[in-house]
Amino acid sequence: MITLIVNGERREVDVPADMPLLWVLRDVLGLTGTKFGCGIAQCGACTVHLDGKPVRSCLLPVGTIGSRAITTIEVIGATPNGAKVQKAWLDREVIQCGYCQSGQIMSATALLDAIPHPDDADIDAAMAGNICRCGTYVRIREAIKQAAAEVQAS
Amino acid sequence: MIPQRPGTHSASALVPERASVLSRRSFVKSATTVAFVLGFHVPLRNSSEAAGRSSYAPNAFIRIDPQGDVTLIIPQVEMGQGVYTSLSMLLAEELDADWSRVRVEHAPADEKHYANPITGIQVTGGSNSVRAFWKPLREAGASARACFLEAAARSWGVRAEECRTENSTVIHDRTGRKSVYGALVGQASAIEPPRDPPLKEVSAFRLIGRPIKRLDTPEKANGKTKFGIDVLPPGVKFATLAASPVLGGKVVHVDDHRATAIPGVRQIVVLDDLVAVVGDHMWAAQSGLEALDITWDDGPNGEVSSELIWSRLREASLREGAIAKDVGDVARVLGSGGASSSDVISAAFELPLLAHATMEPLNCTVHVTPTFAEAWIGTQVMERVRAAVAKAADLPETQVTIHNHLIGGGFGRRLEPDMAYSAVRIARQVDGPVKVVWTREEDMRHDVYRPAYHDRVWARLEGDRIVGWRHRVSGSSVLARWMPAAFKRGVDPDGVDSGADMPYDIPNLRVEFNREEPPGVVTGFWRGVGPNNNVFAIESFIDELAHKAGRDPIDFRRAHLDKTPRLRAALDLVREKSGWGLALPERCGRGVSAQTSFGSFVATVVECKVEKSGEVKLRRVTTAVDTGIAVNPDTIIAQLQGGHIFGLTAALYGEITLEKGRVQQSNFHDYRMLRIDQIPPIDIHLIKSDASPGGIGEPGTTAAIPALRNAIYAATGVALRRMPIDRKLLAGSERT
Repeated sequence: MITLIVNGERREVDVPADMPLLWVLRDVLGLTGTKFGCGIAQCGACTVHLDGKPVRSCLLPVGTIGSRAITTIEVIGATPNGAKVQKAWLDREVIQCGYCQSGQIMSATALLDAIPHPDDADIDAAMAGNICRCGTYVRIREAIKQAAAEVQAS
Repeated sequence: MIPQRPGTHSASALVPERASVLSRRSFVKSATTVAFVLGFHVPLRNSSEAAGRSSYAPNAFIRIDPQGDVTLIIPQVEMGQGVYTSLSMLLAEELDADWSRVRVEHAPADEKHYANPITGIQVTGGSNSVRAFWKPLREAGASARACFLEAAARSWGVRAEECRTENSTVIHDRTGRKSVYGALVGQASAIEPPRDPPLKEVSAFRLIGRPIKRLDTPEKANGKTKFGIDVLPPGVKFATLAASPVLGGKVVHVDDHRATAIPGVRQIVVLDDLVAVVGDHMWAAQSGLEALDITWDDGPNGEVSSELIWSRLREASLREGAIAKDVGDVARVLGSGGASSSDVISAAFELPLLAHATMEPLNCTVHVTPTFAEAWIGTQVMERVRAAVAKAADLPETQVTIHNHLIGGGFGRRLEPDMAYSAVRIARQVDGPVKVVWTREEDMRHDVYRPAYHDRVWARLEGDRIVGWRHRVSGSSVLARWMPAAFKRGVDPDGVDSGADMPYDIPNLRVEFNREEPPGVVTGFWRGVGPNNNVFAIESFIDELAHKAGRDPIDFRRAHLDKTPRLRAALDLVREKSGWGLALPERCGRGVSAQTSFGSFVATVVECKVEKSGEVKLRRVTTAVDTGIAVNPDTIIAQLQGGHIFGLTAALYGEITLEKGRVQQSNFHDYRMLRIDQIPPIDIHLIKSDASPGGIGEPGTTAAIPALRNAIYAATGVALRRMPIDRKLLAGSERT
């Protein structure tokens, strides 16, 4: 048995220690908001937070996580920056098919947590690991700037 | 282009999905007390069914309950293009519905009632959803509104003409009486909807033309949306597969002793052309699959290579093609057989095989028993999936239920039912429901690829006018496989789309199609379909002709567009907005493309820099578009922004290659995508128009590729004739 802290709750899972967190979340715990895109940390669709830092869950063995807090898209709206990012995403109508957007929102929230007022280079550095096949990048950039402005305002 | 109603698709065997019929019927039965259901007739070939006319039978797009909630049943699938919202707007506009109370339901697999009026089948593709349903859905809304109007008027003892509607309310201004639709559902159900209700004038639109927030996006922002890959029916197991790496290959032997020892592995399924591992979760399935030792017989395609595919295609391009269009006297003006006399200018252009690489990998969840099959999937072709499931399960279609889900990227890949067919073949060996998920590698190596094309183009200039034009398209015919009746006399209408109807006014014009299927590869529709190829060849060649004629590329195009003023206006606007003609730094250039594709008029300018290394940096993209009435303008802008990036990605990186019959690319490291740090500002300018709406999902893609190619030409003088760009050709090049 492995004990995880997922979205604030203790969860016991009977899985191999080398199993990536992605599949524990999706197939064992039923948290399907975190997506499978590539399996090799190239696309960012599987991004979650580990103690607030963005990680690619598709390559993260669940046995290495220990007591670090796992946060997924399902509850990111309960954090101040997560809520601002989600609002900006809808205000700017970023989303098309939406499949990559859980990962985009998790990366963007982590960016604002680390850098409250990111410039374009900060956005490039934080977001270049997240692929969007629909091509919503222009609006992702605008939405991050909007969310940052709201961070400032609050 | 997906052609119009070829006439061979019998809808007679298609029976509405059972669960939905039941729920809708019971709904209708109690309609007088529960809800108002509009029996609405989509004008289809096979719409002769009379059943249910008096009882508001299940071909309904609108449902209103007594609480006033408006449910709209949307016949086209949502894959990010915003169609749930734009089609809802058409219905709600004429219904005068309270938009804040609108919700959307997806139509079931039911070709009889929900077929696309343009194609005659239940398909979402070809950028035609709004074009196809522009009139029928507004009529459905108007017809329902007329019933509410009449119901209220009768109850008040006044004439319907004295009443008006807004926000789901009928109002009689003279007496100040008001009644909400919800309160009228019983009476409205008793009124026969008018067949030809009057539609609003454009000036009366309250929703159409306004940027309306998407209905499907809030749950995509918080992880609640269930894509096909997210379904978890009770007791579901997880499977992943390895299909023969060579098309047509077979399994010879499987050594599974290591795989069966892996915890969580439940079952190894060996079929003649694929092997799947079923487990407690995807990790077990994937680990099990990796631990298998599979021996394949490659079959007849084991020696196929890209070199072979290209050599066959280039050789085929020397043949005369089937004539798709022939105007004037091309032989006289250009000489016969393409044998160029000295002043005939010619060029050949090539586009490669491409994968779709949708972000949601292929998947299908299936539960098969001896008496029924149930499938959960996101697909652009619900009825074809149902047929594939029935065939693979060896069950009648009446015993098959398809649950359609929002799609994590379609781009044409989900116009195919192959994934459902494979999933059911696996699921037949499994007790209980099983979710079959393709790894990214399997998805990329078993795609139906965008065809490779080799186009030859000839033209003659007299002064700065093109007097003769001949365009020969050589490549695979997707339609000959996908809709065989549409492939007639050797011409694939999609293969010559935007070529045979190219916008330039040229007195002697011939367009040919030359079918040449690649060995070892199945080809399919890919965002931009046939026009991708034709717009690339035409717009690249036109730029070369402008250069030869010593004219500015926009001026040169304009001079040939007297008969296409909407495209000329788009060119004028993009010239103004893009800074066309203003000085640029060294090794930078602007390129233009113009096209009339999918019923839209699009002019795009791409600005780029070509580094000394040959690397290309995007600096700016500007587009002007006349797409007729812009139903949801913000969605149109989003589709063009995204479409441009889709096309630019292909131009900069996209190519699938084969060696020993095997696709060599596998994942995003070797089949690259543009990322946010490479994306320039993209400005879209809509031209106001009262014309019927055009299609917008694809022209952004088709516009971007030649515009970038022409920008590179302007920056370096290197006339690329093939995509993706060849950085070696560009390295060190200088503008002459």
